[in-house]
Amino acid sequence: MHENGYKFELEEMDLYYGDFKVLEDVNLEIKKCCITSIIGPSGCGKSSALRCLNRMNDLVDGARIEGSVVLDGEDIYDRNYSVVGLRKRVGMVFQKPNPFPKTIYDNVAFGPRLYGIRDRETLDGIVEESLKSAALFEEVKDKLRTSALALSGGQQQRLCIARVLAVQPEVILLDEPCSALDPIATQRIEDLLSDLKTRYTIVIVTHNMQQAARLSDYTAFFMIEEQGDPGKIVEYGDTNTIFTKPTDERTERYITGRFG
Amino acid sequence: MAREKYIKMLLMACASLSFLAILLIFLFIFQESLPAITRIGIPNLFSAAWNPDKGQYGMLAFLIGTLLSTLGGLLIGAPLGIGTAVFLDQVAPSRMANVIRRGVELLAGIPSVVIGWFGLIILVPFIARITGSAGYGIAAASVVLAVMVLPTITALGAETLRSLPPELKEASVAMGATRWQTIRKVLLPAGKEGILVAVVLGMGRAIGETMAVQMVVGNSSQLTLNPFQPTGTLTSNLVTNMGEAVGNFRAALFAQALVLLILSMILIVSIRFITRKKEA
Ligand SMILES: Nc1ncnc2c1ncn2[C@@H]1O[C@H](COP(=O)(O)OP(=O)(O)OP(=O)(O)O)[C@@H](O)[C@H]1O
Ligand SMILES: [Mg+2]
Repeated sequence: MHENGYKFELEEMDLYYGDFKVLEDVNLEIKKCCITSIIGPSGCGKSSALRCLNRMNDLVDGARIEGSVVLDGEDIYDRNYSVVGLRKRVGMVFQKPNPFPKTIYDNVAFGPRLYGIRDRETLDGIVEESLKSAALFEEVKDKLRTSALALSGGQQQRLCIARVLAVQPEVILLDEPCSALDPIATQRIEDLLSDLKTRYTIVIVTHNMQQAARLSDYTAFFMIEEQGDPGKIVEYGDTNTIFTKPTDERTERYITGRFG
Repeated sequence: MAREKYIKMLLMACASLSFLAILLIFLFIFQESLPAITRIGIPNLFSAAWNPDKGQYGMLAFLIGTLLSTLGGLLIGAPLGIGTAVFLDQVAPSRMANVIRRGVELLAGIPSVVIGWFGLIILVPFIARITGSAGYGIAAASVVLAVMVLPTITALGAETLRSLPPELKEASVAMGATRWQTIRKVLLPAGKEGILVAVVLGMGRAIGETMAVQMVVGNSSQLTLNPFQPTGTLTSNLVTNMGEAVGNFRAALFAQALVLLILSMILIVSIRFITRKKEA
């Protein structure tokens, strides 16, 4: 077992989409059972960076990575590394809630079924447990067999979180999970994430400075210098320091809302 | 303003004209087949005996032939078409997909008589050799029909898959699903209405196809469930006999045309039903 308290270690990682260098020299250590937030102006590569962690960039034609991304001591871009296994351990919640056009039950049971769980009672248990962890069970317990698409946006997003929790991942990646939600739904998701961090390593991309400050233990600030340049980490550290006494003046300007 | 009004009127005239044409065809066929119903009678019309010389006008053999060859064509053509659609949309690199897409479009443009001709000189002898039969029959017709429905099902199927939100695929892949699992458990179920419509439209094409079927089905009036025995379909029987028919014979053929029309209408209504259900 690899024990240094870090779940992910990114070392000198560059990301290319074709000829276009999206990210350059990303060095980042993501601590276990903490919430790490990624902030930065639009287009600086936050989503792209997040998608390096579960190899979702593999879906993009011409995406290529240099440097290393290590999860629990193993390079996930290693030739022999199982991508499917990686994505079971590292779940993802997207900006736009994206439940499957299936019932609520089938959405949550999707992952467990993928991994071969067929037993009805086991599945029932997992579905209930996951919905409870996602603070959704009470609202949907009488309509598990109805379409997930009939839920509200906030409920759909919590369903997507439940869907991820159902496979008991180790890491949860969230890409602006609250950007389509109202303040109350946002609040519920934030509470939920705070509860979940005792068991999961959480990485969240957010445009909401207060959210990053409230929620996260560590914060990485990404930026691009000029149009066409790759995104880089300007500053990374514990959230308190980043928000109260940042060392880089660009960080300070960004978090106080003076540009970007 | 005046010009806009003109255009509107012109379009309205076009629309009414096509509607009128359809209505007239329907009325005409109905009227021409009325004598069959009154003079020949429904029991005779739907019996298994087709001997126009002896006043026997049963279309059962042809009805069964039409249904079986359509079913056979879909049984072969639908999986192939859906498979090709999935391959085009999800598997093939874009350049290869373009080549295949062009090929399928080309296939759609081949006149049915050419496909029938290939059936006649290649398929029928081949079936004859491996089964020891004459080679003509439902089996040959099904294969020919499969080729004819393939472009419809492929094109519409691929279109359906392409129009699915990309977030669905992302969600599935991010859950650790393999490409195959994503296709089978997420994309195909999400697109099932559209795919069903593609199959039903293919079915419409198969039911109405005449030339290619007539060339390979054997054109006998024998009622058979054996796919390797010569038989007929409604369309093949119509085109074979329509030149010489008069009197009751002619009316009986019109009755068969009416049945064909009704089958097609059932398909069209079922498409409306499928798409309506999706919207609800
Ligand atoms: N699939 C893709 N193919 C090519 N380029 C892409 C792709 N996805 C993103 N990019 C480019 O990569 C850069 C970073 O995009 P990314 O989505 O990671 O930014 P972001 O920081 O998440 O922005 P936002 O805050 O607006 O979500 C942008 O210039 C974008 O145009
Ligand atoms: Mg983004």
